[in-house]
Amino acid sequence: MAFFRTYFICLLIVAMASIAQAGTLENVKKDGFLKAGTHIENPGFSALDSNGKRIGFDVDFIRAVAAAVDVPEVKYTPLTSKERLPALQSGEIDLLSRTTTHTMSRDVKLGLDFTVTTLYDGQGMMVRKELGITDAKDLDGATVCLQTGSTTELNISDFFRKNGMSFTPVVFDKQPDVRKAYDTGRCDVHTTDVSGLAAQRSLMEKPGDHVILSEVISKEPLGPVVRHGDNQWSDIVRWTIWLTMAAEEKGITQANVDKMYAKSKDPEVQRMLGKTGTLWTDLGLDKGAPVRIIKSVGNYGEIFDRNLGPKTPLRMERGLNQQWNKGGLIYAPPFR
Amino acid sequence: MSERLAPQEKVPFWRSPQGRAWTFQLCMVGAFLWLAVSVYSNTLANLKTRGISSGFGFLGNEAGFRIGEVTGIPLPQGGLLWFLVSLVAGLAVSQLISRHLKSKSDRPMNSKWLSVCLLFSIGLPMLTLYIFRDSVEIAHYTESSSYFMALLTGLGNTLKVTVIGCVASTILGLLVALGRLSPNWLLSNLSRWYVEINRNLPVLLQLFFWYFIVLQQLPNVRQSIDVGGWLILNKRGLYLPSLVPQQGAWIFCAAIVISIAAIWVIRRRARRILDETGVPVKILFPSLAVLIGLPALAWLLGGQPFTLDFPVLKGFNFKGGTGMTPEFTALVLGLTVYVSAFNAEIIRSGIEAVSKGQREAARALAMNERQVMRIVILPQAMRVIVPPMTSEYLAIAKNSSLAVAIGYPEFVSVGGTILNQSGQAVEIVGIWMGVYLCISLLISFGMNIYNSKVALVER
Repeated sequence: MAFFRTYFICLLIVAMASIAQAGTLENVKKDGFLKAGTHIENPGFSALDSNGKRIGFDVDFIRAVAAAVDVPEVKYTPLTSKERLPALQSGEIDLLSRTTTHTMSRDVKLGLDFTVTTLYDGQGMMVRKELGITDAKDLDGATVCLQTGSTTELNISDFFRKNGMSFTPVVFDKQPDVRKAYDTGRCDVHTTDVSGLAAQRSLMEKPGDHVILSEVISKEPLGPVVRHGDNQWSDIVRWTIWLTMAAEEKGITQANVDKMYAKSKDPEVQRMLGKTGTLWTDLGLDKGAPVRIIKSVGNYGEIFDRNLGPKTPLRMERGLNQQWNKGGLIYAPPFR
Repeated sequence: MSERLAPQEKVPFWRSPQGRAWTFQLCMVGAFLWLAVSVYSNTLANLKTRGISSGFGFLGNEAGFRIGEVTGIPLPQGGLLWFLVSLVAGLAVSQLISRHLKSKSDRPMNSKWLSVCLLFSIGLPMLTLYIFRDSVEIAHYTESSSYFMALLTGLGNTLKVTVIGCVASTILGLLVALGRLSPNWLLSNLSRWYVEINRNLPVLLQLFFWYFIVLQQLPNVRQSIDVGGWLILNKRGLYLPSLVPQQGAWIFCAAIVISIAAIWVIRRRARRILDETGVPVKILFPSLAVLIGLPALAWLLGGQPFTLDFPVLKGFNFKGGTGMTPEFTALVLGLTVYVSAFNAEIIRSGIEAVSKGQREAARALAMNERQVMRIVILPQAMRVIVPPMTSEYLAIAKNSSLAVAIGYPEFVSVGGTILNQSGQAVEIVGIWMGVYLCISLLISFGMNIYNSKVALVER
């Protein structure tokens, strides 16, 4: 099943003679929809709501890009972590927004370009409260459930090796199976990115029985990925994301964007919303793009609060994902 | 006729059937080669334009991840090589002796010469094994091993499941088939429902059933089912004491091998006497004596060659001992039950294909039911059974790749991890395809040899 899918994607790589390197924007506009890859089910990041509509943090950035290039529709491809990179390489999708960690080997060797880090995360561990464990160093000999095909497997091995401890991994292909196995007691530890743990915990039978250890064992800068070589396309994705970040800094929201466009006296706001200057037309988009982006998904803070924030089942704090002037790492380059 | 056909030699080759056949065949070969070359060069060009690195060099890199179940892989060191050489040499010598004896007289060789042959074919390899016993290395995968070793470990896990699944599903299938053929109404209907249910449910569903529903009903680690410390059963698996080989272990192992060989000789001799004189020879007790006596002697000589390592609860889990994980158990159970339903049908159809007259004739010779089945029916059924059985064995090998869904680290699962770490999708998929092709070809090769042995000999 998974095997055949990977196999199919590889066939795509092999079979396609040569799709145009540049011109993702033209292709997307011609198709009339954006081909994007995302999670199968990871609440908060990408999952289906009760109406069967795909929602979530990762999905919002896809929708933002779709609004930027002004296509009405997005064709979502749900991918396992094993399938996601080949799917992008082969051209099955044009944008991957699926909590993908920016690493050097992926960036350099695989023909991919990482755009902007949308979430500063780290790998954590979740255990049952009844075990009474507070320190990850007490986990010697534990059985660990995790998902295959991500940096998770290497980080956890490194962590246990570094501390001279042993563990037994039980590795699954899909996140829901990891959760089921952990929830039924096959494993002592469930490990993935802290945000992912929060998402999985919200789906457990009794979320209150589980605790996420404070130890974070890796840096996981997550963000959308595009194919290497189409600079215009990667610029569009980058500046779309940066616009949502800058909008939060300037206090532009989904609700007040029209008013800000009409009334704001701040020259940078005027430039970034496309009222003055040629920033967006230089990028190959039209002047209406920025307002459309903010209208469709809101600013970065709104996206975070709507999907991951304290009022959602994930109950995540902003932490490192706070704006740069409030002690976080979220920082958009100047719109100038 | 021949006069009219004579000018045929002058027919231009494109009009002669042979010439046309060759032309078309060559065209086919050419087209295939062109396709292969263009796919290959296309792939390389595509990978290059996208800046994706290619090649198999990555297999030597450090893997860095852990694998849950590791079976040791004996690596071909110098000693093992010599062992294989001496094995071939020993077999060759005994073949030469038997050929020589056959050319001298028509009678099969007597037991004196047979023992000489056995001495060569078993003794020589045992001797080398003894001399080089320290240089046969069993490699265990660790995080610092290479991707290649990781793939080998995954392959070992796949083969383990395949072999056990094939044997178990055959035995279970035979039992169910005999059950279906039984005159007992209850037994035959139970067997029938077993077949119908298991044959008609998707195998992945059955794996999920065994893994997530049946095996997760077991108690937690701290509430384990414990049978005097010898057998411990919980959600994490089945734990048993393991044998730890000591100094004299090789003598014991050698004794077992020799006693099995000896039983083989005893059986052959009994067969020959039966063929020549018609007097059946009882071989059960001599065989048992050899099977128990020789290893027991070796045990005494070797001074307790094995010690037991008991599983003990330490920290989170049981440590020490040996056992089976739930992933492995679920996979073997799921595949065995699924395939045994098909095997049962194959075996039943094979048995029913033997004509009724054969059974009646056998009964007329005063054979009992067991003899009828063993001597008359099953050997004839075999030639119907073996070919379709081959594809069931292939199905086990291939379906074991579904294990990735229930967390068993077999070949595809480990390959998938490597695929993601290294990003070498085309290479990994190529390796997958190549290895499964090899496994399938090996199974069907072995089954074909067996088939030619049981096939009807036509004169």
